[in-house]
Amino acid sequence: MHYFIGNLGHIFVIAALVTSVVSAFAYWKCFYSTDNLETEGWRKNARIAFYLHGISVLGIVAVLFFIIYQHYFEYHYAYSHSSLHLPGQYMVSCFWEGQEGSFLLWMFWQAVIGIILIHTQRKWEAPAMVVFALVQAFLASMILGVVIPYADFKIGSSPFILLRDALSDPIFKVNPDFIPKDGHGLNPLLQNYWMVIHPPTLFLGFALTLPPFAFCIAGLWLKKYSEWIKPALPWALLGGAILGLGILMGGYWAYETLSFGGYWNWDPVENAVYVPWLILIAAIHVMMTYKNSGTALKASIILAISVFILILYSTFLTRSGILGDASVHSFTDLGLSGQLLLYLLFFTVGALVLVAINWKKIPSTEKEISTYSREFWVFLGATTLCLMGFQVLMPTSIPVYNKIIDLFGGHSNLAPPANQIEFYSKFQLWFGVAVALISGTGQFFWWKKLEKEKLKTELLTPVLVSLIIFALIISIAKVYNPVYMALTLAGVYLIVSNVKVLLSVVKVKPGLSGGAVAHIGIGLMLIGILFSAGYSKIVSLNSSGLIVNKEMGTEFNRDNLLLFINEPKTMAGYEIEYRSENLEFRNENGYVRKNDIDPTSDPYRVVANKEILFEGKKLYNARDTFEIYPENTFYEIEMRRNGKVAATLYPRIQINPAMGGFLASPDIKKNFDRDIYTHVSAMMSRDEEPNWGKTEEFKVKIGQQFFVNDYVAVLEEVKRIDQIEGIELGDEDVAVKAKIKIQGEHESFYAEPIFLIRNKSEVGRIPAEINDLGIRIALLNIHPQTAEFTLGTNRRQKDWVVIKAIEKPFINVLWLGTGVLMIGFCMAMVRRFREEK
Amino acid sequence: MKRSHIIAIVVIAAAIAIIIATAGDASTYVNFDQAYQMASTGNSSQIHVVGELKKENGQIVGLKNSDDKLSFSFILVDDHKKEQKVIYNEPMPPDFLRSEKVVVIGNYENNQFIAKKILLKCPSKYQDQKLVKS
Repeated sequence: MHYFIGNLGHIFVIAALVTSVVSAFAYWKCFYSTDNLETEGWRKNARIAFYLHGISVLGIVAVLFFIIYQHYFEYHYAYSHSSLHLPGQYMVSCFWEGQEGSFLLWMFWQAVIGIILIHTQRKWEAPAMVVFALVQAFLASMILGVVIPYADFKIGSSPFILLRDALSDPIFKVNPDFIPKDGHGLNPLLQNYWMVIHPPTLFLGFALTLPPFAFCIAGLWLKKYSEWIKPALPWALLGGAILGLGILMGGYWAYETLSFGGYWNWDPVENAVYVPWLILIAAIHVMMTYKNSGTALKASIILAISVFILILYSTFLTRSGILGDASVHSFTDLGLSGQLLLYLLFFTVGALVLVAINWKKIPSTEKEISTYSREFWVFLGATTLCLMGFQVLMPTSIPVYNKIIDLFGGHSNLAPPANQIEFYSKFQLWFGVAVALISGTGQFFWWKKLEKEKLKTELLTPVLVSLIIFALIISIAKVYNPVYMALTLAGVYLIVSNVKVLLSVVKVKPGLSGGAVAHIGIGLMLIGILFSAGYSKIVSLNSSGLIVNKEMGTEFNRDNLLLFINEPKTMAGYEIEYRSENLEFRNENGYVRKNDIDPTSDPYRVVANKEILFEGKKLYNARDTFEIYPENTFYEIEMRRNGKVAATLYPRIQINPAMGGFLASPDIKKNFDRDIYTHVSAMMSRDEEPNWGKTEEFKVKIGQQFFVNDYVAVLEEVKRIDQIEGIELGDEDVAVKAKIKIQGEHESFYAEPIFLIRNKSEVGRIPAEINDLGIRIALLNIHPQTAEFTLGTNRRQKDWVVIKAIEKPFINVLWLGTGVLMIGFCMAMVRRFREEK
Repeated sequence: MKRSHIIAIVVIAAAIAIIIATAGDASTYVNFDQAYQMASTGNSSQIHVVGELKKENGQIVGLKNSDDKLSFSFILVDDHKKEQKVIYNEPMPPDFLRSEKVVVIGNYENNQFIAKKILLKCPSKYQDQKLVKS
């Protein structure tokens, strides 16, 4: 038992909480004291406290990582999130698989940002850092893990809790020092490289919404109602980029790992971060307008605050367990809902009160804004973004309404929309059109004030060019759905108008072109989303040829396809064939067929029974022993087009009772213009004894051909053998082994059944099975007089798998657009950070 | 009227429209009798029914895979102990049999309940967590 390390971690947690409270208090004093000397004294104390806080957070991180890395399974966190066989890079993912670890990650980033602010924002330091330190205190309390005696009230959930305290297993009564040999393991869906970088990116995005909020609160406190925007803007831009990137990484992970068939599912957990991002984008735009023209100050304040509050709300939604059945992902409920609610309410009420007190004093312009000004267009765009977020937030909060109604003694049976994707898409699509049109047009006003007449000439070229490109796209890609046509046109117009602006700005001031670049990125993303989602085609669609279950009516199309091994089926222009079950190499890239290896006593090591090749490259010799991962089975699915192999895909299945049974991950063949995506939706169970048909007998001579289940077979030889694995042969015992070659669809198989006579009279037969062909052969009898042998064959249903295959056209446009958007954000951010200096 | 007022009115109208649309498109949790009633009055919207698989002596009964394994049907018992055969046009999820609670999203069509989506509530991996002692 390693008690010391856990205690150390716990001390760090307590230290982190205490130092953050001390720092908040000291900054508060620093900010309210009038005496200059006193101010500096408090500032010094506050800084030291925050530095100590940073060190404590780092200490917690180091200790937790150490526990995971050293496989200290006496700790609940290491036991439930890691295991001995987990590859090194995924140890990092273990760290944030649990709620405590992800709180820690969030805290870590905010500590880093806080320290940067201390060094760069002397003027704003004290009030902004009060907010920072308070947020840190709330987060630290989430991982405190202290039970208040007598009240039976738990504050936080500690990552350093011992297994015996977390699980009530009888073994701990017998042996309190019991340490499990191996951990529970990391959810295989999280064993993906995106899960190594997506959570840190997302939580950095979360953390980056704090500086704008802190500056805004500081501005209200100091009654410097407008000056806070300047330091807040670059952080907001960075946050917009990182949060957006984090969200898309999550989408990309879902696309590669989960099997719902796409990158976005409008799941509450996704919505909970999408909404703050939209509002953040709106906030960035109004803040920039304020800097340029002095309008929209109130809007800037409200939006900057809303972003952070929405982040807290999303934290509450996803971690309090309130979503319950509504979401497919969910953090387990750690009983922190009260604390989370307090966290949310504290900052919401605090910020609202502060805004309300100062509302009258916040300067605002009474001047009517002109339709031909950029302020008007930015305001319109920001309003659209807010409504867009509102539309997602309303239904996502349905479980919250139910809870509130229940709380007041009522009963509500409201459920989230039955088809979330359809429901959200039909609204968001039109918002997308509006955003594209507004930001496409708004760009012209951004750079110069345009009069009515001039606007026409300015707009003429981009509109014409857009129409031409639009006409080309819809005729080539056959876009005939009017709604999709509208989005295509809007997206193209957004790109074209921004390219025009970009071209003119780049000549004069290239540093200012970030906005145009970012908008081009958005345009590309809209088009990428439209094609990859709107025109995603189910390749395994099964609308004819098969008998449809009578009960089902005929309106159903089957989205799934049943494939028997080595029997190609033709669907949507592809020939699809299920070839084999495979395992993954531990030390090489690629897969090995289960038929080509024999097990050893160690489940992670196998012996090759023939030369192992993967994609034509020889990896192991026959009889070599090598390492594999036994948990996952990869189904080799070959897709051919016009006789040529278009893709060989290896979708994954893991049967893992500990993680909820059955986990399917797709495999994606990425082409330039389209992705081909396949996942397994059902497969045969190997645990059940197969249903063998009745025995068919053949009397054959050596070299004679016969047919087993329509496959050509030849009895090649029969020879006496001296030993059989697992059976002891006496001196008098006789054993013979037949070697039968069977020609399968793609390769030949050998069946080697054994015939055995023990103690002169007992006859034993060991049949041989060929998995791929679904046959079993036994050597039933030997007829020495005629030199003939009787073979008995049985057949069963062949191995099968049910798959779903989808084609996603132009999905790369979405990823390209994401990249362009990020470049645009970075350009704008660099400009604003420079400007601030 | 100032232009900003017009915009404000439009925004408020849009927000109200969104709320109405949300309320209109929101599904509901009902039992099979209510679902049947809805369907018989011509309301074909998709609803949520929460229930458990029918069991006899601890064994799940009434489960039927189609011959091509691409769809299956089962008997769900709702909160009011009403049994209903549910048809689902997807292969049986492999962890289906382990589930404690099943939420079916769908509606009645010709006296049969057709599920468009199934949510499974399996024993939580944490509550269920058992030590592996070997």
